[in-house]
Amino acid sequence: MAEEIKAGCARPTGGPVGEKPEAKKETAQQQIIKEVKNMVTVGKKAPDFTAPAYSKGKFINVQLSEYLGKWVVLCFYPGDFTFV
Amino acid sequence: MSVDSVFVHKMWNDHEISKMVKGGVPFPMLSDGGGKVGSIFGIYLEDAGVEARGRFIIDPDGVIQGFEVLTPPVGRNVMESIRQIQAFQHVRKTKGAEATPSGWKPGKPTLKPGPDLVGKVWEVWKTSMAFDD
Repeated sequence: MAEEIKAGCARPTGGPVGEKPEAKKETAQQQIIKEVKNMVTVGKKAPDFTAPAYSKGKFINVQLSEYLGKWVVLCFYPGDFTFV
Repeated sequence: MSVDSVFVHKMWNDHEISKMVKGGVPFPMLSDGGGKVGSIFGIYLEDAGVEARGRFIIDPDGVIQGFEVLTPPVGRNVMESIRQIQAFQHVRKTKGAEATPSGWKPGKPTLKPGPDLVGKVWEVWKTSMAFDD
């Protein structure tokens, strides 16, 4: 029977069911790459990126470096319609 | 920015946010499918497939001056973000000659760090100044 999902601020997600696939052995190099991945640092340049966006009735492409010379507030959030 | 598509951003803006904010969202709503940008900023939550409530203040040189990250159920404080931007703008204007103590907001005294101020902050700054009246 389908189970009702409680609505919360994090989007409900699914995933594979059943037996877990055998974990692939990681090479030492892959492990190092994983450890390097972390938070950005204050006082350091923000990594540049491009992203599609909806802005005042139009779909546009935004690049962070286009905003050099201005103060930028970059906000992430879990998802549209997530209440908070 | 969220992992939603620009189409969902449009629907959210048109059907909900525009009813709370006159004219709708006044800034671009960015789409980050797969959390690629969120990952490089360190706020993508891989297990849930969404981004945490991360907020980054980036100065005119593209340098990150501050950030705050919250888990999904708790919202941010817009006034605190504005206060921080005003403080960073003030420090920048003085080319770092002035620093803003705890609870500073425009109109409150700043500190001028230097050899003469070492051990003397207690003379010019009181803990009560960290709070709003």
